[in-house]
Amino acid sequence: MTATGHDLSSRGLWQRLFEPPSINRMAPGTFITVYALLLVWTLVVLFPVYWVLITSFKLPLDVASGPYFLPWVDFTPDLHAWKALFVDDWEDTLKAYSNSIIIALASTALSVLVGSMAAYGLARVQYKPKLGSILIFVAATIAAIIAVVRYGVEWWLAGLVALAVFYFLVLALSRHFKTTLANGDILFWIISQRILAPIVVVVPIYIMFQRVGQLDTHQAIILTYAVINLPIVVWLMYDFFTSIPVDLEESAQLDGATRIMTFTEIVLPLSRAGLAATTLLVSILSWNEYLLALFLSTSKAQTMPILVAGMAAGERGVLWWTMCVTIIVMIVPVVFMAIVLQRFISKGVLLGAVKG
Amino acid sequence: MTTTTGRTDETRPGLNAPAGPTGWTRFSEWLDRHSGQFFITPAVVMILIFAIFPLVASLMLAFTRARIGAGGFKFRFAGLQNFEKQFFGSEQFHFLGTFSAFSLLAWAVMAATTAGIVWWLYRYASTKFSWFGFVGRLITAALIFGIVLMFSATLFSGSPFGTLGVTLFYVFVGCAIQFAIGLGLAFLCSQKIRGRGFFRVVFFLPLMITPIGVGYAFRMLADTSKGPFAPLWQAVGLGDFTWVANAWTARMFIVVADSWQWIPFVFIILLAALENVPRDFVEAAEVDGASGWQIFSDITWPQIMPVAATVMLIRVIEAFKIVDLPNIMTAGGPGIATESMTLHSFFAWRSFDLGQSSAIAYLLLFVTVVVCVSFFNLVVLGRIRQS
Repeated sequence: MTATGHDLSSRGLWQRLFEPPSINRMAPGTFITVYALLLVWTLVVLFPVYWVLITSFKLPLDVASGPYFLPWVDFTPDLHAWKALFVDDWEDTLKAYSNSIIIALASTALSVLVGSMAAYGLARVQYKPKLGSILIFVAATIAAIIAVVRYGVEWWLAGLVALAVFYFLVLALSRHFKTTLANGDILFWIISQRILAPIVVVVPIYIMFQRVGQLDTHQAIILTYAVINLPIVVWLMYDFFTSIPVDLEESAQLDGATRIMTFTEIVLPLSRAGLAATTLLVSILSWNEYLLALFLSTSKAQTMPILVAGMAAGERGVLWWTMCVTIIVMIVPVVFMAIVLQRFISKGVLLGAVKG
Repeated sequence: MTTTTGRTDETRPGLNAPAGPTGWTRFSEWLDRHSGQFFITPAVVMILIFAIFPLVASLMLAFTRARIGAGGFKFRFAGLQNFEKQFFGSEQFHFLGTFSAFSLLAWAVMAATTAGIVWWLYRYASTKFSWFGFVGRLITAALIFGIVLMFSATLFSGSPFGTLGVTLFYVFVGCAIQFAIGLGLAFLCSQKIRGRGFFRVVFFLPLMITPIGVGYAFRMLADTSKGPFAPLWQAVGLGDFTWVANAWTARMFIVVADSWQWIPFVFIILLAALENVPRDFVEAAEVDGASGWQIFSDITWPQIMPVAATVMLIRVIEAFKIVDLPNIMTAGGPGIATESMTLHSFFAWRSFDLGQSSAIAYLLLFVTVVVCVSFFNLVVLGRIRQS
């Protein structure tokens, strides 16, 4: 570069490639680099999906005899795997598929309903639970569990006695408790449940459902999933509710609406975007869940992830072709749901919650 | 229940009592007066029954030995036996690793760590001191010291480490990769380019595939004799190589699959954060002649830092729970080289050793809580306080 001017001809190759010619245009070098990197990652994302897709149309022989990449060019696509799943074994497939759909939808509905109620309560009502009452409750629970595990008391008897003891102790003593918690503590308590790895609670949950004879049923898995996802719902919806101006609700209440009516008629319709995003997230999580389903279902309530994993355990080795079909079939409802809910989800819905 | 027995100080001004109090209106009146409780009780009850109660029961189980007898399990109190076994007894190799004599490197790492921790605690104690903060930092320091001690006696001294080390490897290496690539992609997508919508949708795709499917898809891709990259492997003379036969390649294999699935999550949220950075700031800096790196480190990064910290906290929490990928991709093998703590606990449950299963699960919970609370207090809150 000469000392006198910035004329184009004197710019070096590097500068011409990477220095933007104007503020709204990209330098050609940067442009090419950005697109090259984006295309590389597009390939990284799409190739495994493509491979799963073509494997679902391959004959076992084609899978076993080495890599073939292009249908009709180096192997002939065949529908045998799709037929095996939807014609020969359609009963098993349909059962797992309908189980998965029922469980995902019901648990999502339950956790979104219960979670947004709790989030709304935390956003608008002042709670002052007393620390002493909580400690009594914990002590009663521990006593009940010891009674069941060590001394073989019937579980429902221990539970009832513990509840009664707790109730009367609180009635008698609550006047003397001074320390109270606030909404922030409850919110933190609920959200922190997400830290709990499912493996910590799954064995007692398994024993619990076994005692009441509910193993391998829809309702057991639905309830468990709903609770596992509750912290996410409360967290996202709490953030959403606090961002809604409170005036609207106050004027509705002045007009005589009850709080529950305000919630269902005014607040919920206003928070469609948040509800849609939360529903999508929670339903994907329930749809894909594996570990808890492994514990809680054996045959009747088997879900799709268990079915997919089961294809590797057959006596004929891994059935890659049918497994690929099930993987693809499992993506379809998620994509469908994402497209349906997409309209409601505005940009940056999740951002507010993450900002903390 | 417990948390709702306190009174709510909510008032409803201006509601006139309806004239004829029928059963229904009386009920709705009553419901409205207790609406505070009504909103929160279902959530609290559900969490108490399905999270807190099992949590306490699991702690009890961790202190018992379970035996299968006639008519189900018989439980016997065993004290700290289950935990002792993990740290000092027959299961030490499985949980912590095979200990060997310290090598020179291990001594150096231990010395550096000890010095670092002492300096960190001293600096905190000499600047702003509170007992609460100090005890918290002491717990964090103890965990770091213990983990480094474990790695020194195993990894740095040339012997294999156990499920604790494997889990930490998945969490920290996996999350670091996901953050780096996720941030990079978000940055590329936030440029002024055509087709952003397309890339955004495509990059989101892996999150929609079930983790089990991702695991099996990567098993197919990694096959060096029949997989899509087989010609490539044969060309470089690695046709007989298998990823899952060597401990480190098997671990990397799982981290790659996990990252492929979770990068979209980091990407989508960081992209939203980047798009939220005011354009004028960046343009003003460009006009003033700031370099790309200066713009990023002085303007963009401070703006997206709180979001980035929270996203990584979420990822770390979820990464500690990793189980499906190791279970289906390697079944924990070779040996125990890829077994995460959740998988370890699951295997113990499968062999009906409920006490040990719960003990390992509780150790996982302890490590997760300390790591996440430390991360939250020191990184997330620390940065928010600074800015």
